[in-house]
Amino acid sequence: MAVPSFLARERIIARPGFNRWLIPPAALAVHLCIGQAYATSVYKAALVKHFDTSLTAIGIIFSIAIVMLGLSAAVFGTWVDRNGPRAAMFTAACFWSAGFLVGSLGIATEQLWLVYLGYGVIGGIGLGIGYISPVSTLIKWFPDRPGLATGMAIMGFGGGALIASPLSRQLMDLYDAGYNPADKTSVPAGSAVALLFVTLGLVYLVFMMFGAFIVRVPADDWKPEGFDPSTVKSKALVTTDNVSARNSIKTPQFWLLWVALFCNVTAGIGILEQAAPMIQDFFRSGTTSAVAATAAAGFVGLLSLFNMGGRFAWSTTSDYIGRKPMYMVYLGGGIVLYIILATLGSTATWIFVLTAALIISFYGGGFSTAPAYLRDLFGTYQVGAIHGRLLTAWSAAGVAGPLIVNTVLDSRGTPGELVAGDYRPALFIMVGLLAVGFVANLLIKPVAEKWHEPKSTSTDTREASAVR
Amino acid sequence: MSSPAGNQQSTHTPAALITFAWALVGVPLVYGLWQTVKTASSLFTG
Repeated sequence: MAVPSFLARERIIARPGFNRWLIPPAALAVHLCIGQAYATSVYKAALVKHFDTSLTAIGIIFSIAIVMLGLSAAVFGTWVDRNGPRAAMFTAACFWSAGFLVGSLGIATEQLWLVYLGYGVIGGIGLGIGYISPVSTLIKWFPDRPGLATGMAIMGFGGGALIASPLSRQLMDLYDAGYNPADKTSVPAGSAVALLFVTLGLVYLVFMMFGAFIVRVPADDWKPEGFDPSTVKSKALVTTDNVSARNSIKTPQFWLLWVALFCNVTAGIGILEQAAPMIQDFFRSGTTSAVAATAAAGFVGLLSLFNMGGRFAWSTTSDYIGRKPMYMVYLGGGIVLYIILATLGSTATWIFVLTAALIISFYGGGFSTAPAYLRDLFGTYQVGAIHGRLLTAWSAAGVAGPLIVNTVLDSRGTPGELVAGDYRPALFIMVGLLAVGFVANLLIKPVAEKWHEPKSTSTDTREASAVR
Repeated sequence: MSSPAGNQQSTHTPAALITFAWALVGVPLVYGLWQTVKTASSLFTG
């Protein structure tokens, strides 16, 4: 599929002297916008009331969006790599913005299916393309620090929710005089959510377009000053060869990393999904909890900070200790932390908060380290497309994580009466999952030579593709 | 920062553009962080 010439990859090849530090804000401009996907809880209650439906029916909007994220990243990954980051960011901006506008129409006309179609399907496609759009470009601009580079962008996805949550509350307060964001029981009117969707759709369109128009790709022979590629090759598991996206999924390394990411994300989602009720249940005595609802909301905020911080800090750390050892920390450390949470978590609030926060930082770190891990294993040739295929692990974990926790909790009692012991089976299932992921990561070895692209072909193909 | 690429004319990225781009993403991020820290503080005070 050809793209208009102003979006084409060859139009955005940076000339010598271009400053690569303009690329991270371009990537952040996209990820900060699409990170709104994690802030949907702000208007969930309003949509339940507006459509007079169940929480599950509204929750489906988010589920569709996350499934579409994984699917579109997998399906359009090769297109993104072929046409470059400007075309991808531009397309993502159009889909993400259109998703909000169609969703707004659905809310205004009380047609829930239009919200599914808009925010879920159309917006979800924008999410998937947007998520992978800057990844391979950042890796090419920062061959010396790929973990730092992808950490910065993917941190933005975590940061997007931090911005969207308070901003949405303030905007709904502006659009609905009867709504009081300070009052936890106050619910904004559906019309306020419709207007919020229009506002976010237009603001995100401008922001993402800014990213699309400042982004550049490096010339094929470009390298940072003083950078010696041979120092990269000397590190274990790091290749300077390239594997195509099509071949990557035929290698055990791809599927082992898929399993490792799936286990890490499933374990993290298990806590994220239940964060507020979980901390109250862990310190419940009878029908009352020692942790107030406002403190529980504070706990959710703290987890968001660790989710975002982990994305940057751990991914940057992986540049120094290597991707495989970093994943050993996420998965092995996660096992220890989950055991502490299950056995000692209810003895002191600080133990519970600290272990949960570290687990969530590992959850975030798993996401941001994955692209650099893929670069190490498969090279830079089609790393964006391979990353897109890997994100199906996220979609699968998005279903598995809540399913495991909710199934266990449903079998133990009713919400509001659960205690720490009721969570233990779910927490130990997560320990088992993390152990599986740990072994999968341990088994990852360099990709066999038979999958490598011929040296001249990989470059020629990229050049040929670029002018299509 | 970069090595010569072919016989292309070299360019210079204005520092003002880099500052503006970082500010554009940095200001909302700081706003979000501040709001979240305020919310999170209720865990220790509430």
